[in-house]
Amino acid sequence: MTGQLFLQQLINGISLGSLYALLAIGYTMVYGILRLINFAHGDIFMMAAYFMIFSIMTFKLPWFIAIIIVIVATVALGVLIEKTAYKPLRNAPRMSIMISAIGASFLLENLATYLFTGVPKGFPDIKVLTTAVKLGSLSLTIATLITPFVTLLLLYLVLFITNKTKIGMAMRAVSKDFETAKLMGININKVISSTFVIGSSLAAIGAILWGSRYPSIMPLTGVMPGLKCFIAAVLGGIGNTAGAVVGGFILGMAEIMLVTFLPAFTGYRDAMAFVILIVVLLVKPTGLLGEKVTDKV
Amino acid sequence: MKKVLSLLLSLLMVLTLFTACSQPNNGGPSNQEPQTGGEEEPGTEEDVIKIGVFEPLTGMNGGGGQQELGGIQYANKMYPEVLGKKIELVVVDNKSDKGEATTAVTRLIEKDKVVAIIGSYGSAVSIAAGDIIKNAQIPAMGASCTNPMVTQGNPFYFRACFLDPFQGKVMATYAVEQGAKTAAVIMQNGDDYSVGLANFFIDAFKQLTGDPNSIVDVSEFQLNESDFNAILTNIKAKNPDVIFAPSAATTAPLIIKQARDLGIDALIMGGDTWENPALIDVAGEAAEGVVLSTFFDENDPVTNEAKKFVEGYKKELAGKEPIIPAVAALGYDAYILLRDAIERAGSTDGVAIRDALKATKDFEGVTGIINFTEEGDADKNLAVIKTIKDGQFVFVDSVEVQ
Repeated sequence: MTGQLFLQQLINGISLGSLYALLAIGYTMVYGILRLINFAHGDIFMMAAYFMIFSIMTFKLPWFIAIIIVIVATVALGVLIEKTAYKPLRNAPRMSIMISAIGASFLLENLATYLFTGVPKGFPDIKVLTTAVKLGSLSLTIATLITPFVTLLLLYLVLFITNKTKIGMAMRAVSKDFETAKLMGININKVISSTFVIGSSLAAIGAILWGSRYPSIMPLTGVMPGLKCFIAAVLGGIGNTAGAVVGGFILGMAEIMLVTFLPAFTGYRDAMAFVILIVVLLVKPTGLLGEKVTDKV
Repeated sequence: MKKVLSLLLSLLMVLTLFTACSQPNNGGPSNQEPQTGGEEEPGTEEDVIKIGVFEPLTGMNGGGGQQELGGIQYANKMYPEVLGKKIELVVVDNKSDKGEATTAVTRLIEKDKVVAIIGSYGSAVSIAAGDIIKNAQIPAMGASCTNPMVTQGNPFYFRACFLDPFQGKVMATYAVEQGAKTAAVIMQNGDDYSVGLANFFIDAFKQLTGDPNSIVDVSEFQLNESDFNAILTNIKAKNPDVIFAPSAATTAPLIIKQARDLGIDALIMGGDTWENPALIDVAGEAAEGVVLSTFFDENDPVTNEAKKFVEGYKKELAGKEPIIPAVAALGYDAYILLRDAIERAGSTDGVAIRDALKATKDFEGVTGIINFTEEGDADKNLAVIKTIKDGQFVFVDSVEVQ
């Protein structure tokens, strides 16, 4: 194990981890407000990647305009799913809305297969992101380098919104006690929609960075990242935004380090993620940064 | 808290269940019903002979499956009849999934009552369907499934292509000829094609270099993996002369691109699945210089049938694909081999067709003169090596190995 090799793997791990973190924030915020695991989140991420492909390849938009359009379109999709699949079930048992989320996820996957076929599509090559730079014997794409910073910046932004703004205060109130917040005159629907706006825009940015690093997109692209990021959210303490980022980093790093130190087990990366989930649930179900919540009887 | 915990755990279980079956469920609506070639005239049992086409049209191998299907459908257009009856192709999508493969083949045999089956691209699905084919005694003709286990011990499975031990040897020979002394291998855990070909390459490479330590790294990855940075970083540290990464055309561009981004300049090689436009479209400049082996080269038609095929199919593909994919040529061969056998058998009985296939002698196909070995494999000893240059697949060499 040379220093160079370790450094490169460290950067690989941080970069992969920060991609997980971006998606995990979306899971954790929706869970915080609605106590719902939004299984469609990974598929919203996949759709965002396709939006990017079409705005650049088909409509020939320059990348910076395409990014804005992709974020807007993804937010619209996220809010649409909330309005159609989750809102009508607001007073239904929690299990129903969970099943509705799984349904939304399948709908998106099959819709994508129908619209875009199951054959993978190449992600547009945005030179600003995909150019490889050399640092000594290290070679990294710009996307790899900037991903962690983008994630930290967005985390800061999300924390700012939730802690310092009025809508953020409403979010925290709703997350603490849904019924009371409603009685206090907080517009619940607006708060929930804002949560989906934030979650979906992070998924869109995540998808653009993901696509630049892994430029092969197909209708099932969102499945694995979706599951991994859910694990990351649980690991960090679901409902806790900073926890989601910590969970994402740990998971990404653990995957890369497994390959680095135990090359014979490279085939077990996915399995390890699930083992982590089970261990967390058994040992510390509230996650690393999760608050201890006592169920009221 | 206990409630939340148990809810989460049960959810996880439900979720894994769903993901496990989500793949088979992900076909488009076009896959809900088998597409029938002769939709205009449904035809009764008497005036139509049904041949099943068993290919992955979606999933990991969707791109390759569709190329192969194109060749089969073109052959059907050229030779639409056998025994004075119309041949109807019944296409099912096996979704590149082993579980789905058995369902798809059972459906062809039980529901559509096909007399024979063509396919599949991807050895894993062919192997998975093998037992059903053997027990139903329906002859099957693989076009491009190269793993030896497809036909081994299965008297009803034949194939039109060469085998992985041969292909592995061809690539190892090429690598050694290029001066390679060390190699790293990347394979997909659970994919019979990838693991098989990788191991044949390893054996051949060790033998040719005479150095048991010449394979410096063997890494595995799983289905739907996108991130190869970690294994490639390990490989970079070992600095091999070549990287051999037999993989699906969906995964290959990711491996190639990430390798080049990490600054790896070793020669990157793959197998027959790599002759797919996806490699060039997705990997772009990174794909320049990769080397692959394939079955056929349109610039070098070896038989009259090949000349006819290249001329006609080129027109068919105009505007869609720049070159004729080798798997389309094999799909074409698989169809005409089967049609010829049915003609000679004079009946649609499975055993009779099987016996006729076995008796095939010096059949003139697009990919060469075809005879079958005892095992039902096309007796071929010629492979074509291609590279990617200026965004095109370019012929490098044709290699004969005895």
